[in-house]
Amino acid sequence: MTDFDPDLARDGPDLTGKELHDRLIVAWGRPRGLVGWLSTTDHKEIGKRYLVTAFAFMILAGVLALAMRAQLARPESGLITPDRYNQIFTMHGTTMMFLFAVPVMEAVAIYVIPLMVGTRNLAFSRLNAFSYWMYLFGGLMLWIAFALNVGPDAGWFSYTPLSGPQYSPGKRVDIWAQMITFTEVAGLAAAVVMVATILKQRAPGMTLARMPLFVWAMLIVSLMIIFALPAVALDSAMLLSDRLVGTHFFNPYERGDALLWQHLFWFFGHPEVYIIFLPATGFVSEMTATFCRRPVFGYPAVVLSLIATGLLAFGLWVHHMFATGLPRLGYAFYTAASMTVAIPTGIQIFCWIATIWLGRPRYRVPLLWVIGFVVSFVVGGLTGVMLASVPLDLELHDTYFVVAHFHYVLIGGAVFPLLGAVTYWFPKATGRLMSESWGKVSFALVFGGFHLTFFPMHLTGMLGMPRRVYTYPAGMGWDTLNLISSLGSAILALGFVVFLLNAFRSFRSGEPAGADPWDAPGLEWATSSPPAVYNFAHLPSVASRTPLWDEREGLPVMTGLRVDAREHLLTSVIEAVPSIREPSPKPTIWPLLSAIAIGITFVGSVFTPWALAIGLLPAGAALTAWFWPKNADIPPEPEID
Amino acid sequence: MMPAPRFSGDLAHLPTHAFGHRSLTWWGVIAFMMIEGCFFALTVAAYFYLMGQEQSWPPPPFRAPDLLAGSLFTLVMLLSEIPNTLVKRAAEAGRLREVRKLLVLTVAIGLVLLVIRGFEFNSLNVFWYDNAYGSIVWALLLLHTTHILTDWGDTIILAVLMHTKHGIVDRRFVDVSENSLYWRFVWIAWLPIYFLIYWLPRLA
Repeated sequence: MTDFDPDLARDGPDLTGKELHDRLIVAWGRPRGLVGWLSTTDHKEIGKRYLVTAFAFMILAGVLALAMRAQLARPESGLITPDRYNQIFTMHGTTMMFLFAVPVMEAVAIYVIPLMVGTRNLAFSRLNAFSYWMYLFGGLMLWIAFALNVGPDAGWFSYTPLSGPQYSPGKRVDIWAQMITFTEVAGLAAAVVMVATILKQRAPGMTLARMPLFVWAMLIVSLMIIFALPAVALDSAMLLSDRLVGTHFFNPYERGDALLWQHLFWFFGHPEVYIIFLPATGFVSEMTATFCRRPVFGYPAVVLSLIATGLLAFGLWVHHMFATGLPRLGYAFYTAASMTVAIPTGIQIFCWIATIWLGRPRYRVPLLWVIGFVVSFVVGGLTGVMLASVPLDLELHDTYFVVAHFHYVLIGGAVFPLLGAVTYWFPKATGRLMSESWGKVSFALVFGGFHLTFFPMHLTGMLGMPRRVYTYPAGMGWDTLNLISSLGSAILALGFVVFLLNAFRSFRSGEPAGADPWDAPGLEWATSSPPAVYNFAHLPSVASRTPLWDEREGLPVMTGLRVDAREHLLTSVIEAVPSIREPSPKPTIWPLLSAIAIGITFVGSVFTPWALAIGLLPAGAALTAWFWPKNADIPPEPEID
Repeated sequence: MMPAPRFSGDLAHLPTHAFGHRSLTWWGVIAFMMIEGCFFALTVAAYFYLMGQEQSWPPPPFRAPDLLAGSLFTLVMLLSEIPNTLVKRAAEAGRLREVRKLLVLTVAIGLVLLVIRGFEFNSLNVFWYDNAYGSIVWALLLLHTTHILTDWGDTIILAVLMHTKHGIVDRRFVDVSENSLYWRFVWIAWLPIYFLIYWLPRLA
């Protein structure tokens, strides 16, 4: 393999610096060229692809939002036909929820979590690659179908009986349901990867009580994904089989029940909101600490709030169904549960405010996004408490008030922190800082445009305008408010354009960033920007929650991992005591080929159930090739004296 | 510029594989059990939800499924734990020849189970397209069959693998051990489903 000294098979005081780098590059690198590019298992490469893909879907869904706002800018507009409008709002919601919001949070985590916990790659790195390809194929299938006028049109939650075989003939809903299968497989795979990495691959000394708050958030979120996503996957599989092979799960004429759909959907759908929101709170905690130059106030309270939110999230789903008619006890219980979730969220917000209060804040762009988040999210949280009340909910159900509420929670609560996080970790991933002044411009445009767009919707909703209508008559008192919302959406879009142009320009010619441009405390800043393919030359070890602030003279490191083959360290779950050295998988094309085989099977099963039987063979063959050991060429373990 | 590293410990003496929760494989298997357990739990919830709509279960004119095939399946399933435990122990003790033999036996048992499963579908006395009761019963049985089928395929691959030169590597014994752990989940998950499909319609 190399002409290196075979006696030096491990890093250590004798093997460090440039020579170590050269060897690790050989062990952790991948082949050049297209096949190598498609075979990568490096979390940084996959994380970046995930992120770029998610933002591409956000742009597409954003354009659809602009189309809707153009249509609604004035009453009785004929810009978009009713049928096209149905497809557009369904595609907007579906893309934003399934192809942007959840994947983009996973994308950031895939990139930064291994760096934050101080390991060389994610656990099950081939599964991580597979996750990306499944996600990409699911998104492509949905958008290609939309381009062919087979875009789903029954809303992003596809309620039966509207989405059933009787009221939605054709293949539009099937495309929606199968897109769910793709993205849920991808999401579950990424969640397994994340849980295993966080629990087993933390740097020596990084006990659970020293884990960065974003890592905590992703641990909770990944567990939530494991418990929540099966519900929607099962639900959409039942819908497909109702439509394709004549089962009757949701058919009331054959003793099925349309509301079963809603129960299973929202058992997933409500936790989904926190699956999107909790990573954002993790971003906020990281950025607040760095830019206030002190650890987040009340670390145990924040962690317990994350856990409490994660648990409560599974006890709220019925509040989406108040209008379906429920037993009185059901109303009371789910109202109380929905209001309770405000408590842990409120605790976190007070902790961040206290951190800013007690710290020495630097008002750089990421902290501006944090402040924008606190302001906007509190508004969305308050309307959430309002909607938890049954009489108000019955009044406001399916109106623009609800649209305003969830855009405040999702954009204010998740996208603002995300844009802050991209600005914050951009120098780590690219080696260059994003422009501060253009960052401020984009923040001002997005923040202002957002409130101008969505605040009036509270009022349009209270004036009775229902959501998902392609137009409205003049003289209802909705005209001016809608026009303001549409103007606001243009400013909001301009803000995003400035943000993306800033990112693009800074990527090419931004100010070079060192390893730690923000003087931040986490391990991800202990390696170069961008990090080398192996992340850390020697594995860092930590003794506090803020290692880089507490070890100014240099981080202690552990040595002894092999340098001639990919090897990573597993540590114990709670105390992070070094436990074993395991091989880490090499790059291979098989996750991609498996995803192609399974993808063709999924797409085929939209048309015939036999696709599942036929697809079993190529999918099984590809998976077998994936799992078959390829490490025959790894030299055996060198003897230790 | 990075400060010079401060060497604080060496990991070279750590082992390169371990059984149980020290290995990543175990965590992967547990995570997939959690995911599949959720699928089963939610399907069971849907079963009770649909049952709640009915006056009698199964709804007339359908008869409860015949007991023979399902009960035979359950019996073989329970007995399969004997070779399953043996192969797990042999793997953890590193006894390659025993592992090879027992894996072939478990593959054979899987085949027997799949054949009996075919008869089970034939003894449900209802089709998936008859009504919602039929749909959910078929869903439960199909879900579990997918389970058996994937684990069977997995075990075949593993059995072949252990007969090649790759079987000599210590880490492969971890795979065998975790495969046995997964099989336990497969049969434990079956017991409540067996009750729901075959006995609840007789008791309700």
